[in-house]
Amino acid sequence: MDVALVAKTLFIFAVIMLVFAPLMTWVERKQSALMQDRIGANRADIFGITAIGLIHPVADVIKMITKEDVIPAGAHRLLHTLCPLIAAVPAAISFAVIPYGGSYSAWGAHWSLVVADLDYGLLYVFAIGSIAAYGTVLAGWASNSNWGMLGSLRASAQMLSYEVAMGVSVLGIFMVFGSLRMTDIGVGQQETFRLLGFLEHLGWVAPGTRWVDWVTIPAWGIVLQPLGFFMFLAALMAENKRPPFDTPEGESEIVAGYFIEYSGMKFGLFFMAEWIEVVVIAGLMTALFLGGWSLPWISDQELIGWLSVPFGPNLANLLAMVVNVSVFFVKLCFMIWVQQILRWSLPRFRYDQVMHLGWKILLPLSLVNILVTAILILLVDELAS
Amino acid sequence: MESILFWVFSIAAIGGALGMVGTLRNTVYSALWLVVSMLALACLFIMLNAQFVGLIQIMVYAGAIVVLFLFVVMLLNLTGGVMGAEEQPLLKFVGVALAVAVSLQLGSILLRIELPWPEVSPEYGTTAEIGRALYTDYLLPFEVAGVLLLAAIVAALAMAKRERG
Repeated sequence: MDVALVAKTLFIFAVIMLVFAPLMTWVERKQSALMQDRIGANRADIFGITAIGLIHPVADVIKMITKEDVIPAGAHRLLHTLCPLIAAVPAAISFAVIPYGGSYSAWGAHWSLVVADLDYGLLYVFAIGSIAAYGTVLAGWASNSNWGMLGSLRASAQMLSYEVAMGVSVLGIFMVFGSLRMTDIGVGQQETFRLLGFLEHLGWVAPGTRWVDWVTIPAWGIVLQPLGFFMFLAALMAENKRPPFDTPEGESEIVAGYFIEYSGMKFGLFFMAEWIEVVVIAGLMTALFLGGWSLPWISDQELIGWLSVPFGPNLANLLAMVVNVSVFFVKLCFMIWVQQILRWSLPRFRYDQVMHLGWKILLPLSLVNILVTAILILLVDELAS
Repeated sequence: MESILFWVFSIAAIGGALGMVGTLRNTVYSALWLVVSMLALACLFIMLNAQFVGLIQIMVYAGAIVVLFLFVVMLLNLTGGVMGAEEQPLLKFVGVALAVAVSLQLGSILLRIELPWPEVSPEYGTTAEIGRALYTDYLLPFEVAGVLLLAAIVAALAMAKRERG
């Protein structure tokens, strides 16, 4: 077995499952407390030490595991048990194709910080994500409950609808960067383009004017595909079924929706799945739209080149790796924060509004986005040649 | 390793298909067995270096179409014996005829296979290669398929509208 591959897999699992997922329970509580002007999670303590509520994830886990696991009468026992797993496992493994750093070489070894650098990178995420739908759709059916059934029906319709918008809204990114491979997209975003370059083409300034070169913008996905960024984020959040898209749970209408009949750690797994998906969404948005692991205006080669001057090439590669991974996780935390802000600010959409947004707004807009992107790519190519 | 995986996925695909037919009385089980078969088939595609086809198989068939089946089954709350295929002799006849035709075609292909398989380039089956093939050599079939799908969508819309009004 490849040691580096095992190390990378373990790193991702440790960070996502053991750091981010438990922390999300804390972030969720603290964020809601802050936004609702309360103090929030500060009750769990060990010998009086509450550590600003950070003991709560531990208390949660102990409570979930020691609770009685109820399978309601008339439920399908096997499917009822399988559903939380079907929901949680795809969320946990979809981080495999998201690069959290570039490729480095030091002391004769080369490594690239992505678990699986697949040619069909993002398609893998979509395929795995579409399997996760079964966890939700079957949960309500398997638990033999009308509320659960209603939640499952809503969930299946919603996830199917937004899968279309999700796939189409991100197509612009592939067109711009010319690849489905996540590392290619990451490297492509390290380039910069001259914002005022069009003035030369229009003949308004003489070619070679110095100040035209000064204003450069990093070629991040969000700059090249601003509409795509918002549509993809909306579609992903709808896939995750968190507020404002939480009609499948809708407490005020169908109590808790598809997982109403779940208790103990099975109930916990559904929540784990949601929180891991928040992290995966943040990772995807970072890798596709926010420049991935790179600092703005600084490509990997430049960073390693600068660090090589005082530290030598080997140490420079290691330091660059540390910088890049930190940058990636800072951006990831920012995207998590964005999702949490949205989650606690927006009220729940009505069910028909969710469908309306998906089919009548997101899908046509993303198709127009593809058309405009294609025309612009052709225009830029024409002007550049 | 590869042959072990091949047998595992082949048995899963065939087992899923048999399970689907065996549980026709309960439509939800039937749909789930279909998913098992689809997923195993996708794994076989990926092993054959056809990653794009494999992933689309998972995304479209396992991830969307069967979910849609389940949605309809749950919405209408279909239980056993509603389908009523047994009572229609014509349907039965057409089904048997189709099955025989497909088996004959598969058999004729199997007879014509020359082993060992020709070597393919590592590019074969990638998204870029398939895209290139679709938009150059197979542009006309691709566009015809697009028009066909458009016609189906328009027809579905027309039927839905008519029933409402």
